[in-house]
Amino acid sequence: MIPSSVLREQRADVHGIEKAPTGIAGLDEITYGGLPKGRPSLLCGSAGCGKTLFAMTFLYQGAVEFGEPGVFIAFEEHPSDLITNVGSLQYDIQKLITEKKLAIDHVQIDRHSIEESGDYDLEALFIRLGFAIDAVGAKRVVIDTIETLFGAFDNHAALRSELRRLFEWLKQKGVTAIITGERGDGALTRHGLEEYVADCVILLDNRVQDQLSTRRLRIVKYRGSAHGTNEYPFIINEQGITVMPITSAGLAHDASTERVSSGIPDLDEMLEGEGYFKGSSILISGMAGAGKSTMAAHFADSICRSGERCIYFAMEESPQQIVRNMRSIGLDLQKWVSKGLLRFSARRPNLYGLETHLAAMYREVREFDPTAVVIDPMSALTSAGITSDVHSMILRLVDFLKARGTTALFTNLGGVKAESATTEMQISSLMDTWLLLYNRESNGEHNRELYLLKSRGMAHSNQVREFVMTSDGIQLREAYIGPDGVLTGSARLAQEAKDKANKLVRQQEIERRSRDLDRRQREITAQMEILKAQLASEEAEAALLNQEGAAREDQLTEDRSAMGKSRSSSRGDVTPFKSTARING
Amino acid sequence: MTEQDGYNLRLYVAGQTPKSMAAIANLTKLCEKHLAGRYTIEVIDLMKDPALAQRDQIIAIPTLIRQLPEPLKRIIGDLSNAEKVLVGLDIQPT
Repeated sequence: MIPSSVLREQRADVHGIEKAPTGIAGLDEITYGGLPKGRPSLLCGSAGCGKTLFAMTFLYQGAVEFGEPGVFIAFEEHPSDLITNVGSLQYDIQKLITEKKLAIDHVQIDRHSIEESGDYDLEALFIRLGFAIDAVGAKRVVIDTIETLFGAFDNHAALRSELRRLFEWLKQKGVTAIITGERGDGALTRHGLEEYVADCVILLDNRVQDQLSTRRLRIVKYRGSAHGTNEYPFIINEQGITVMPITSAGLAHDASTERVSSGIPDLDEMLEGEGYFKGSSILISGMAGAGKSTMAAHFADSICRSGERCIYFAMEESPQQIVRNMRSIGLDLQKWVSKGLLRFSARRPNLYGLETHLAAMYREVREFDPTAVVIDPMSALTSAGITSDVHSMILRLVDFLKARGTTALFTNLGGVKAESATTEMQISSLMDTWLLLYNRESNGEHNRELYLLKSRGMAHSNQVREFVMTSDGIQLREAYIGPDGVLTGSARLAQEAKDKANKLVRQQEIERRSRDLDRRQREITAQMEILKAQLASEEAEAALLNQEGAAREDQLTEDRSAMGKSRSSSRGDVTPFKSTARING
Repeated sequence: MTEQDGYNLRLYVAGQTPKSMAAIANLTKLCEKHLAGRYTIEVIDLMKDPALAQRDQIIAIPTLIRQLPEPLKRIIGDLSNAEKVLVGLDIQPT
């Protein structure tokens, strides 16, 4: 990985030489602008590498995109064959010829009808070339494959000096040229063309490894310019040629603070209540049947629900099958497909090589420009290449998607422990969020659990949560953490029932005690009533006593006054009793 | 001069280069010697008529083409090797 600052510096010093863009997706990125303008470049490779298509694309794009007409000098193929062959790439060459934007000159050499006598040169070829260039005002020239001449002429010394002159002449003409050459044993070309065309040499290669063929491109040299030095995979399909400039992506991508929902509200809750970061990479790993695809489908559904586009790269199931399966959990993906928001891209992993997969994905992403992609499952790609390759491929894909700000969700079969990450192609370190899905066996049943192993840049939940698949999609259960750890499934239900029973008992106890209290209160009140009654009777008695006392006092007073009266009327007539009473009283 | 044994030759050159001049001289000398009275030579200067190079599939200069009698034969070079030219043109030396 080249730091972006280095790349920038390199870019700054390449202004010295002018470039002609090839219009081939990716190639212009690794050459920082294209082929050296006004100079010949050598394109070499063995048979079937796509040299001719490559060269024709250069001319076609030049004529169509950059307003630079071109000339194709064909030594090997007849123009009609050539037009038909590249017609498979949807290039309408005939139209360009009619519009005088392209000229094809077929140089036919019949070795048997040529006799040599004395000195000669290739001036006629120069004249033809010059004539064709002038006819369309060409800025680009392709010579495919000039080495055929070595088979046609005996005097190789003369031929070599003529080739040297030809390349000089092309430079003087100021045309950007591609010279193709067949790969030789131990050398780039059979006849050492690289000696003459030294400004830029591009090597194409078509290797078969584990029965999978992958086309690769490498810039062997580029005089006066920085360039990517790695081997870059490329693919040829009906839309043309795509080179994967993968490692040129660098680590300069922006980090978004925007969030995207995982499609499962409960899971969002675990991710600070908002979901994944936009543009981040998410890995969902788990064993077979853990619910990886369902998680992925939820995510895709949520992206489409918010009106954004999503590509679902299905490696193991057909789109129809996914749509059907997801319907069972209440997700209608077909609706989004019909609306053009969701695109399924299903292909068998071992259909072609890893790089080809990558390039195809790359192209599809650029074409559809989705907000998010799902790769389900990533592990299937291991069957398309060697593990180390898969790692570098995922790295490139992650880089590419991050640079675009596309959220990527990968599913991966296997590894449920952080320690076993090595077997997961070390991709876990590339991921921003890693969700583990367990399918844990306990008490004779399997229960699904998920755990957020990591989620960079957010305070995520550390809980292991049980989830269930319902007809309304995935739902997380409240975490139940008992004295024996986290309980799931029936154990959780049992524990919950037990808790419920305990609660009932406690409630009954409380009720009983409150009843007791009530009763005692009532008892006390009753006692209070009795005491109150006693008090009242005591009070009444006291009052009576007082009354009696007062009455006796009145009587005495009355008696005394009556005695006084009687004494004043009959002195001496004192009744002994009364007198005694008075003394006693 | 009859149709059968008449030689119709075309010599393609590019300007007044030494090779071209040599080829014209060598061819004329050879024809005078072996085909006196039964040949025609047409010298085509591709500098003046470049479109003919493509039409007639000319690459090397000078190129001699035997138009007649059939079949078409090509000889490239300044024709300094007379023996090879005679073989190439299928002429029995006299």
